[in-house]
Amino acid sequence: MEKAILYDSSKCTACRGCQVACKSWNEHEAEETTNRGSYENPKELSPETWVKMRFIETERNGKFAWLFARRACMHCTDASCSIVCPTGSILKTEEGFVHIDQEWCIGCGNCLYACPFDIPHKDHHHTGTAMKCTGCTSTGLNRQDAGMAPACVTTCPTGALKFGNRDELIEEANQRVADLKAKGMSNANLYGKDELGGLHVMYILDDTVEAYGLPEDPQVASSTVIPKWLTGVATAGVIAALPLWFVFKRKQELEARTKGGA
Amino acid sequence: MTNHWIDIRNSDCMMIIGSNAAENHPISFKWVTEAKERGGTLISVDPRFTRTSSKADIYAVMRSGCDIAFIGGMINYVINDMEANPGNYNMEYVTQYTNAAFKINPDFEFNDGLFGEIEQKTYNGSYTAASKATWKYGAGSTPETDDTLQDPDCVFQLLKKHYSRYDADTVCNITGTPKETYLEVCKAYAATGQKGKAGTIMYAMGATQHTYGVQNIRGYAILQLLLANMGVAGGGINALRGTSNVQGSTDMCLLEHILPGYLGVPVESDTDLNTYLLRTGKHPDKTITPVGLAADTSSNWWQHARKYTVSLLKAWYGDAATADNEFAFHNLPKKDTSVNHTHIGLIEAMGRGTIKGLWVWGQNPASGGPNSNGARNALAKLDWLVSVDIWENETAIFWKRPDVNPADIGTEVFMLPAACSYEKEGSISNSGRWAQWRYKAVQAPGEAKPDLEIMDELMTEIKKLYEADSSAPGRNAITDLVWDYNGVNADKVAREVNGYDLTTGELVYLFTKLKDDGTTTSGNWLYCNQYTETQGNKMQRHNPVDLSGIGLYSSWTWCWPYNRRIIYNRASVDLNGNPYDSEHPVTWWTGEAWAPQGDLSEEQGGDVLDGGWPPINVADAGAKFLPFIMKPEGVARIWGFGRAEGPLPEVYEAWESPVSNPMSSQQNNPCAFIGTWQNPKGTTADFPYVGTTYRCSEHWQTGIMTRNLPWLVELMPELYAEFDEELAADKGIENGDKVVVSSARGECRAVAIVTKRFQPLTIDGQTVHQIGIPWHWGYAGMSKGDAANMLTPHVGDANTTIPEFKTFLCDVRRAD
Repeated sequence: MEKAILYDSSKCTACRGCQVACKSWNEHEAEETTNRGSYENPKELSPETWVKMRFIETERNGKFAWLFARRACMHCTDASCSIVCPTGSILKTEEGFVHIDQEWCIGCGNCLYACPFDIPHKDHHHTGTAMKCTGCTSTGLNRQDAGMAPACVTTCPTGALKFGNRDELIEEANQRVADLKAKGMSNANLYGKDELGGLHVMYILDDTVEAYGLPEDPQVASSTVIPKWLTGVATAGVIAALPLWFVFKRKQELEARTKGGA
Repeated sequence: MTNHWIDIRNSDCMMIIGSNAAENHPISFKWVTEAKERGGTLISVDPRFTRTSSKADIYAVMRSGCDIAFIGGMINYVINDMEANPGNYNMEYVTQYTNAAFKINPDFEFNDGLFGEIEQKTYNGSYTAASKATWKYGAGSTPETDDTLQDPDCVFQLLKKHYSRYDADTVCNITGTPKETYLEVCKAYAATGQKGKAGTIMYAMGATQHTYGVQNIRGYAILQLLLANMGVAGGGINALRGTSNVQGSTDMCLLEHILPGYLGVPVESDTDLNTYLLRTGKHPDKTITPVGLAADTSSNWWQHARKYTVSLLKAWYGDAATADNEFAFHNLPKKDTSVNHTHIGLIEAMGRGTIKGLWVWGQNPASGGPNSNGARNALAKLDWLVSVDIWENETAIFWKRPDVNPADIGTEVFMLPAACSYEKEGSISNSGRWAQWRYKAVQAPGEAKPDLEIMDELMTEIKKLYEADSSAPGRNAITDLVWDYNGVNADKVAREVNGYDLTTGELVYLFTKLKDDGTTTSGNWLYCNQYTETQGNKMQRHNPVDLSGIGLYSSWTWCWPYNRRIIYNRASVDLNGNPYDSEHPVTWWTGEAWAPQGDLSEEQGGDVLDGGWPPINVADAGAKFLPFIMKPEGVARIWGFGRAEGPLPEVYEAWESPVSNPMSSQQNNPCAFIGTWQNPKGTTADFPYVGTTYRCSEHWQTGIMTRNLPWLVELMPELYAEFDEELAADKGIENGDKVVVSSARGECRAVAIVTKRFQPLTIDGQTVHQIGIPWHWGYAGMSKGDAANMLTPHVGDANTTIPEFKTFLCDVRRAD
């Protein structure tokens, strides 16, 4: 059964319980941050930060508005990251959630270039692999398999995040969009129903897609994005280096054993 | 809260004023969101556009400290609309359930911002007794009423006259609110005056922390009564309390003026129990019976205070409390009324050396109280200080804070590590008065102990010392105490708080069973019924079934009083007992009886009634009970003569303000408490901007629990100050720059957040800028920063002395 997370921007107060719950469940370290003249932190997603709230000061109908936007993996049906992954380490669960198998990821960075939402980030300091939100399906920390909603959803106090059967959530979201329109939010829309074959994180937006800083018409990497990253990575010689990875990995394992780590 | 968290979902219009509920009470927005989904309107009134405002249907900007002007104008709007369209309001409620129809002493006068004559005292002015007498009802204990509300001496006419000065133009000239927006707020909120509609006011420290904070709340009360919003589902005046158990702490008397259950603290003139009860107004002789209303009897519930007081004394002093010694009433310390021992007063007394030792328990006055620099200097005058906390906080290390030499400070400081909430058992009472049991999950680390254990060990030792010293002053107050806890026993304490019938040894079922003859005990009459012989510890109940349809969840834990979830609920029905709001009935009269009540029934029903007497039109003459049972006159007070600075809220400016009071020549609240310990007053020339302090979602109070948590520090890593783009441009400050915010009392380094969420305001022809700064930082812990309270003044509300944290004068400059 396809599942999904539904984020309702009109109910989100940006308390950021989701950011903390994500770190807590996934056992991620805090990042060192500074205040850069905004409530928003950390600055970007990272291997340690899989979800963050964006704070957007803007105008709506001639009045000031403060919009909050979730930024995390959208769990696409046509997931570019998975398509471009040379080792096949980016997989989808039966429910539609996309996760990177850390055992097989070689850190080539293809997914970073391919993602239309700029979600995966590479851990340059420890593992060298790409990381991102797994919808709480990481091995050993799989909430979905245990019948639980992802940690961010469970902690959300206002009901701005929901988890459930995707088709039921679409029905609920359509009704909510209609209600918001009736309340005068004429730009209200549901994002993610059809984009990229259907996203497994859908947004009810009370303003335009553009106002929330999301791509209007995201494309699958295979059609438009691949040529771009291909040029880049070919130049860097990463592809040439690929077969060496397995040697490198074995060497790492051996070293770990010598140190008594394994 | 008069109502409770879940009840917010029943509201047709929520006005959040003096609160940033979305950020500071995130879970409240579960219910606010649900109310909005059901068609409710959300109004946010705030000096700054907050995360609460981001979700509001209407956001109205208001200069910090101008609630009385804002609400006064709404009262004026409602009265005018009420006279033009009485059918849109519940006039029966206004006339029969409030004191709108009561005639006031014809000598009453209001003149140029004053309600009579002022005499100066040490810290503040006080109205003369003769002036206060003119605020009262005309005919003593049997006041006359005029149910047409036309008599020129009746409350409604006096109210109309007073607030006729608060037209929308005048108000907006003071508050800086755009007039169009202001009228939009008035219209939306006044619509809750319709029968069957309910509006709620959600407030917090933004309302209370002013030199006229109590009058801000009085303003809300008047508005809510005119709109018939008290006692109904989705209505009420809802104080969102500042910490998870601050409701419990006030209920249990953590303040200097009350004993448990809001009994007064005895003072030096209380020569006997009866005198004490008369002075505190909790006495049968204080009953007021209005003449000319549909109801004819006031229950004056506080007349039972003698039973509650004697039962409390029996709980404390056991066999030593006898009828012959007035149940050990004279063991209680009697307060010297010339001395103020609220927070500011205590700090000042330390500064002057009259207080030598201090226990600080779960508090952090070195950065949590106002005028932190002054407070830290005062702590240095102490001989000893004990800090009980889960972390080493600013108070515990004040002697080694930056820029001081520990060798210069003689105070001996002790640190007692305390267990945190997950490491101990007991109950806490939330804002909605729900007492809920919490279980111990893990053992406290190291030497940390639950508060109960620390308290028990301490008191056991103190008792030994007093018992050994026959000449110790006030010795009996300690040696007579029943102190038999023998360690941590939250269950025993919960039973004691409930109380016992000494003749049977069983738990007392309810406060109506308490007696004044020494045969019952109760540690807090309001909590009587939390623990019964048949139902056990009701705070532990977790039955998720709601039989009311309005979210009372009467079998989920327990709330005071008597598990009544919406207080004053007899005002939710008309004279015949029919609910004004048939969609959200709190209770109803079936023709023979009231609907099944709360957890007393397994059937579909309503709330536990505020007094079980039949409806006014059904009851016999001489037993037609008025609905507001805690007031001596049985009705709610639109006109309130018990406050220090007058019967109606009137506009005054904050102690420090860049504006001359446009309403009168009386600049400040004449009765405000003005501290004198290292408390310089800033001038507009030096400090031209309005400063205000607040909290954010990511940190908690002085930050002790959150600035040590890396995940939260990541979100909000540094102290910041927010202000508008125009002010930033004037000062050459860019977003993200380091700045210094200063007041006459101190300076804070912060990161500038230059934002459209603050806007310059035009007040009485002049431009006013506001600067907001959260108070969560200090020099202890992982994330360090300056305490915003180094800026705030040592002045307080006229009635409560709560400090004026929310409005003061300041300046800002780039940090070099």
